[in-house]
Amino acid sequence: MLFGIEWDTSSNWAFAVSIFPILLKGLLVTLQATVLGFLVAMVLGLILAGLKSARLAIISWPAKFITEFIRDTPLLVQLFFLYYVLPEHGIVLPAFLTGALALGVQYSAYLSEVYRAGIESIPRGQTEASRALDLAPVRTFGFIILPQAIPRIIPAMGNYLVSIMKDVPVLSVVTVLEMLNVAKIIGDRTFNYLIPLSMVGVIYLILTIVASYGVRYLDTHLPKRGIPLR
Amino acid sequence: MDWNIYLTPLLQGAWVTVQLTVYSTILGAITAFVFGIGKLSSNWLYRGFSICFVEIFRGTSLLVQLFWLFFALPLLGQALGLDFRMAPLVAGTLALGFNIGAYGAEVVRGALQAVPRSQFEAAKALDFTPRQTLRFICLPQAIPEMMPSFGNLAVQNLKDTALVSLISLGDMAFRAEQIRNYTQDSTTVYTILLFMYFGMALILTGIMKLLERSVGRWRAGRA
Amino acid sequence: MNNPMNNDNVNTVPDAPHGEDVANADDAATRSETGEPIIRFEKVVKKFGDVTVLDELDFEVRKGEKVTIIGPSGSGKSTVLRILMTLENINDGVIYVTGRPLWHEEKNGELVPASEEHLREMRKEMGMVFQQFNLFPHMTVRRNVTEAPVQVLKLSKDEANERADKYLELVGLSDQSDKFPSQLSGGQQQRVAIARALAMRPNIMLFDEPTSSLDPELVGEVLNVIQRLAEEHDLTMLLVTHEMQFAKQISDRVCFFDKGKIVEQGTPDEVLVNPQEPRTQEFLKSFIEQH
Repeated sequence: MLFGIEWDTSSNWAFAVSIFPILLKGLLVTLQATVLGFLVAMVLGLILAGLKSARLAIISWPAKFITEFIRDTPLLVQLFFLYYVLPEHGIVLPAFLTGALALGVQYSAYLSEVYRAGIESIPRGQTEASRALDLAPVRTFGFIILPQAIPRIIPAMGNYLVSIMKDVPVLSVVTVLEMLNVAKIIGDRTFNYLIPLSMVGVIYLILTIVASYGVRYLDTHLPKRGIPLR
Repeated sequence: MDWNIYLTPLLQGAWVTVQLTVYSTILGAITAFVFGIGKLSSNWLYRGFSICFVEIFRGTSLLVQLFWLFFALPLLGQALGLDFRMAPLVAGTLALGFNIGAYGAEVVRGALQAVPRSQFEAAKALDFTPRQTLRFICLPQAIPEMMPSFGNLAVQNLKDTALVSLISLGDMAFRAEQIRNYTQDSTTVYTILLFMYFGMALILTGIMKLLERSVGRWRAGRA
Repeated sequence: MNNPMNNDNVNTVPDAPHGEDVANADDAATRSETGEPIIRFEKVVKKFGDVTVLDELDFEVRKGEKVTIIGPSGSGKSTVLRILMTLENINDGVIYVTGRPLWHEEKNGELVPASEEHLREMRKEMGMVFQQFNLFPHMTVRRNVTEAPVQVLKLSKDEANERADKYLELVGLSDQSDKFPSQLSGGQQQRVAIARALAMRPNIMLFDEPTSSLDPELVGEVLNVIQRLAEEHDLTMLLVTHEMQFAKQISDRVCFFDKGKIVEQGTPDEVLVNPQEPRTQEFLKSFIEQH
């Protein structure tokens, strides 16, 4: 029994059907971790991108180093680091939040690059024209640069969202009850790993295909020129 | 601080990590070319299998693949009367190799498709067979295109090796966890571990950049 | 006259490595005596989707003839060359090259669509020079020229290098053999492309607008090479070009194509200087106005 649901080991098919709702509960945790991790990554990534583009080398250089460091070290190790080291220094977070934080940190490095590339892909002429029209820098960024940059970064962001979802199972090592962990527990208790793990694989495959179509839909339906402002 | 407690096991783990990285990268490279070329093949069986393989290994989580190969496959074998049990190193190499190979296959396919059609016409005019065209004309021009992406995938693979510690393979991450259990000092051991991975990644990136340069020498003269 | 090219040794034993070529050579020799054309198009139809590019085309080329094809874009002139080089299929009609069907095979006395093996055999008769040169960028000049002889004709490296030396000298680029295409000018690249095609010792050379992509000052060096080829060798040559002056200099015959059919053909003087057909006159007039 898990999450209060019994499973039925009478036949393979009955087993599969009975554990499906249990796996779905795990899926819910997976999706929550994905969304939260992505939000953290978006915020941290934006901060990193901003620091990296600073004109003072004292600010930009450490930011660049940190980004490279995060990109070149495994998520698992970063997760362990946060999970074990934070409490040693007085910060105790529930496992789920620690996991989402780790995902956010790892992907903030990738997203900071996406932000930078998206903004740099806007021709210099746009900023120059804004300055010539005497528009304030903040307004330039918010209403000229950003609406044009967003459609360009959507595909990359979408792909990273799917990637985060595929990295969530790593959180199982800190006891987060996401889908893979749930399947493994069922396997530990029934000695039948084949069915739960295979089902998890299939569910992931379906999720990825659906998400990919979603990203592609968004990409084709957002005008390439930028979010229209009337 | 007693360096011995840290260094010896970590270096032992590092050796396992290096081995695993090398094996899985080689398997990944082979997989990438086999299925990348396969996706473009006119043989529907070869093409269909390639598409399925790439979709499955790109569309599911690496950890799921690893656990499936290590825990579930032997059970499938049992049902079929075959012995599919494998050592953690084998399961790790297979999962990592196939996973990175599936991503690599997309890189290979994209680079092959980027070779201009006119090259194929020139080859046909000279009466090369399709296989000769692929081997002597198409691949040599496609490979320099693949190198930057391969560099990223190589580092990603290195990072992914840490997951094998979860099936009790004695790599760097596994040893670090053991040390942490012993010394209860997480900060030190995980900081060292992070820097060890970082250092390895830098070396790997350097190697890939060298490869990139040597493979694309003929492009140097480009205006 | 010094003839480094092998094609005129067709009446004696050529040094081509495979038996097939010897048989061809003898047959071609006999046919040239009987006047049978080396290329014959019979009611050839070629469509791209709904567009008919070649409209029941009848076309003949005699062995050793130098034919220039002119016409407006879309008239089908490049398509004729590409079909000969087996880069495009045909929808209807039959094409004979050196007396054998090109896109068909004879099986049990009937003509069936050609198999890949048959096409591969027939391709050896033709060599093609493209408008965009299409050199292999990852190979040196020498390798570009020797690769096909080694891989396709199964020559040894030494034999292939001998040929490369001969043809690179013919096009005037012996000293550039170790350079990569990206290090050469457009005119030099096109000359390498000519050497590369010649190294396969085809009986028919096809030139598809060879100088249209070149800067004006580089056009001359390529035309000079083609002229030398035309004057010094017995190669059958089909040239699609806009260089009317050059066409007059080297051609035995000029064909004006329009809307997939030959509107007018004859000697350069007949077609270029005294065109009879109104469409020909119109085309040449617009040409002179443009140039």
